[in-house]
Amino acid sequence: MNIRYFAWVRERVGVEEEAIDLPGGVKTVADLISHLKSLDENHAAAFEEEDAIRVALDQVHVENDADLAGAREVAFFPPMTGG
Amino acid sequence: MTIEPLIKVQLENFGAEAEAARLTTGRKDVGALVSFVGLCRDEAGTLAALELEHYPGMAEAELTRMAEDAIGRWPLTGLTIVHRYGKIAPGENIVLVIAASAHRRAAFEAADFLMDFLKTRAPFWKKEHLASGESSSWVEAKAGDDKDAERWLNTRSGT
Repeated sequence: MNIRYFAWVRERVGVEEEAIDLPGGVKTVADLISHLKSLDENHAAAFEEEDAIRVALDQVHVENDADLAGAREVAFFPPMTGG
Repeated sequence: MTIEPLIKVQLENFGAEAEAARLTTGRKDVGALVSFVGLCRDEAGTLAALELEHYPGMAEAELTRMAEDAIGRWPLTGLTIVHRYGKIAPGENIVLVIAASAHRRAAFEAADFLMDFLKTRAPFWKKEHLASGESSSWVEAKAGDDKDAERWLNTRSGT
């Protein structure tokens, strides 16, 4: 699965995007966040304030209980500040 | 007839007058046109520039979804949204929303609605570069912006 990061989430993880093989137990966005946090210190730091992170599946906003099945791209980012 | 919104996400500046003309030239059914321009302010001289990061693809898609929502709520004759990304200096334009309709209220409300949702749902992030040269920092989302967007959740169109 392709994972993309934006703004300070990207800076903390240290990459703009990465391909991750999902372990069997990872079914939802929340599962994926737990998995990513276990990868290394950078990921753990990026997802430390979990409530402050927003997520999109295939470029559509979703909540953390969303099912990852069928999704090609997941993006994590802070609350938006455009306009 | 459903109208097609014009959505642009671009590095370069935009011309509000030219975009407004696109919604009115050659037409006789437009009675009201509301144009909102958001600019970069210098925060009393402390800000050197804003840097806008965006999510290419999703930015256009999300602005289109919001525009279609607005078109479903108000009887618009035209709708344009332009949002810039990249480095923007104080005094420069950031965002343009133009709503056209037969009557003013629809145009005012649609533009207001779009700006509220754009701030909380369009995937753009602002980083501040300070005039003092201190390290730059990400702008934090404001709770007030969420409140502004929530105003619209239980309302349908005015006309």
